[in-house]
Amino acid sequence: MTGTTAARTYRDYSQPLWRRLLISREAAVIGALALVIIVSMISVRAFAQPITITYLFLDIAPILLIALPMTLVIITGEIDLSVASIVGLSSVTVGVLHQNGVPIPAAALVALLVGLIAGAINGALITMVGLPSLAVTIGTLALYRGLAVGLLGTTAVTEFNKFWTDLAKSKIGETAIPSVVILIVVLALVFGILLHFTTFGRGIFAIGLSPEAARFSGVNVERTKFILFMLSGIVSALAGIYYTLRFGSARGDNATGLELSVIAAVLLGGVSIFGGRGALPGVLAGALLIGTLASALRLANVTSDVINVITGTLLIASVVGTSFLAWVRNKRARPGGTKGSSPTATG
Amino acid sequence: MSISTKPSAPTLELSHIAKTFGSVVALTDGTLALHPGSIHALVGENGAGKSTLVKIIAGLYQRDGGDFTLEGTTVDFTSTAQSKSAGIAVIYQEPTLFPDLSVTENIFMGRQPVKSLGRIDRKRMHTEALGLFERLGVRIDPDRPTQGLSIADQQIIEIAKAISLDAKVLVMDEPTAALSGVEVERLFAVARSLRDEGRALLFISHRFEEVFELCDTVTIMRDGAYIATSPIAETTVDEIVRQMVGRDVAELFPKIDAPIGDEVLVVSGLTEPGEFHDISFSVRSGEIVALAGLVGAGRSEIARAIFGVDPYKAGTVTINGVRVPKRNPAAAMNLGLALVPEDRRRQGLVLESSVGKNATLAIRSALAKFGFITSAVENASARTWAQKLEVKTSALDTEVGTLSGGNQQKVVLAKWLATNPSLLIVDEPTRGIDVGTKAEVHRLLSELAVEGLAIIMISSELPEVLGMADRVLVVHEGRITAEIDRADATAESVMFAATHAEVAS
Repeated sequence: MTGTTAARTYRDYSQPLWRRLLISREAAVIGALALVIIVSMISVRAFAQPITITYLFLDIAPILLIALPMTLVIITGEIDLSVASIVGLSSVTVGVLHQNGVPIPAAALVALLVGLIAGAINGALITMVGLPSLAVTIGTLALYRGLAVGLLGTTAVTEFNKFWTDLAKSKIGETAIPSVVILIVVLALVFGILLHFTTFGRGIFAIGLSPEAARFSGVNVERTKFILFMLSGIVSALAGIYYTLRFGSARGDNATGLELSVIAAVLLGGVSIFGGRGALPGVLAGALLIGTLASALRLANVTSDVINVITGTLLIASVVGTSFLAWVRNKRARPGGTKGSSPTATG
Repeated sequence: MSISTKPSAPTLELSHIAKTFGSVVALTDGTLALHPGSIHALVGENGAGKSTLVKIIAGLYQRDGGDFTLEGTTVDFTSTAQSKSAGIAVIYQEPTLFPDLSVTENIFMGRQPVKSLGRIDRKRMHTEALGLFERLGVRIDPDRPTQGLSIADQQIIEIAKAISLDAKVLVMDEPTAALSGVEVERLFAVARSLRDEGRALLFISHRFEEVFELCDTVTIMRDGAYIATSPIAETTVDEIVRQMVGRDVAELFPKIDAPIGDEVLVVSGLTEPGEFHDISFSVRSGEIVALAGLVGAGRSEIARAIFGVDPYKAGTVTINGVRVPKRNPAAAMNLGLALVPEDRRRQGLVLESSVGKNATLAIRSALAKFGFITSAVENASARTWAQKLEVKTSALDTEVGTLSGGNQQKVVLAKWLATNPSLLIVDEPTRGIDVGTKAEVHRLLSELAVEGLAIIMISSELPEVLGMADRVLVVHEGRITAEIDRADATAESVMFAATHAEVAS
């Protein structure tokens, strides 16, 4: 331990790959997902069919989409509760414009712009006024939903060109996989790279763990958060367009309560609600886990309230599981652990 | 085990304590005996195992081996609550009080005296708190909220709490690190009165003058093991340093004469009302300029404003002839400014992140290609800098927060040196760092100056200021009150300027 003149050497990782994977949260979620799929295929008769995949993806596409920016937002230590209301607002925008003769592509562009503005308002209140995101987005959750319902009242716009509604439900070639999966995969790659392989992403993690140290290292904390809330708004609007076309119905109360499913998927996927920790693959697995479980249970004729109970329990169990994993990790590698684990890698 | 030559039996005795974390050995032979009516110093380099030993005493960690006895009986604490109720109190460097509660409420938190029907007896609490402060000889209003109290006062409250619990053993882990001279004296007076009451005190500090002033016995640790215990009267600073580092420290401040070049930084008329006023100075390449002064004089605020983390109302900052924009650390970094901040744990590092990520956080843009970056690229750079600064860790994915203070500071220095700055600001670069690493940091700064780096060093340690600086700027209440050349800088001249508004010259 005393100083020698020879240069020190440093390994990249203190533990071998298999061990890091074993105690990683992502591995646990992916494992759970595989388990649910296998058990469902064996025990639920209607599950092991191509149509299951079709409806699974059609149903959870909005959750998967919105979970992408939500992951980044939560890693900075913030939260966006207004996403489902932006879905509603975007849906109504498309509906009202289309009703007045605007073609779908143009209406969709306007809806995306509306989403961007909604996100920018969230971002401005949080980063420029300095209000907590929890309070701001609870407020805009009500505000945007109120606007959406106010614009269309209790009516719905349902006359959409069949081309567009069919497109939303279309499948990739002869497969059972819906086309929307292409959109999800592309956006997941974009957000995954943004989070894990860019300097912007490095800033996101630093902000989540220590905003002050991030600021002292030249990370523009406010701008980063502002951009993320805008991304959250625009992707939510995109999900709103999909939602509208998929069901062929623009309503002010579309996707009410969806924000909770999105946040559940993100947290289940191993993202820390306190910020600074998480990975996108885990979140995708988390969303798929919730969706698969729900679809298997539904096929097994379990009622939706029971499904909610199961999903909720799963989420709590996963949070407990995270604490347990952290405890295991502490015990193995860091001060704070108790006796046990014999030294494995010495010399 | 009988190290003691005193007649009294030790209040607390640790012998051959071992503690490992996975494959990391923190303690191999922790041995310590605290006697009643004695103030015992525990010294050692960062990473020597002092903190681990204290945490075992506090019940935060459990020992893997060895004996731990309290008044002759073996104890196995599994929580801090157990050690507290057994009569052990630990005062940390930064106390953890409830800021919105009153001083009294903090002292009696969780064990408030009650009247009938479980109503809290506020009157009794108030009287007891007053009594405690009287015993300690300090004046703190028991009814005021703890928010806004100085760290020194907060420590006194922690001590009052400990006494009200009738603690037999009081452990003070670097209590003086953030205190001013007067506050240190008051803390020492309190410590002495507790000693005279027959309690056993353990004092951990990196400042030898304090150890010699306050303590009667000293135990030295190195590399997780006990080295020696001796009465203060029978040892010297040199002897302790030799035992701590296991070798002779040749020179504490190996200042090399560096060729002074052109002006790198020019600060002119920098003003932020309430913080600092009309700050003007320049720094040349190869020059180390010290900002000296009392804690709270506004030195760190000036540094943060120059770097752009804090705002300023008037004035300009120019580096290599280019204006540095206000409130834009990223732009300042691009222009060649670097700041090693005062609060290493909160501002300097992302503690829960890895060594590799921390060492490259400030240069992530330079490492990236078109904004894209990978761990492989980061680790390659981090490895180079970790090697240059000899950071003690085995893997780059080690959480920085688990390293010792000295090694954490090396990571912060690596992080900023990697940006290849033309001006480096170091704010209290050696606070809470052991002697060996301290000398390394000083040598490094000196070498960097020789290579042409302009350096601003903020330090509250006079020997460091006098040993390292080419020029000393003394800040008093937000103004530069004196500029003293290396040749004229003495402890007296700097202290005089630091405590007086105007210097007659």
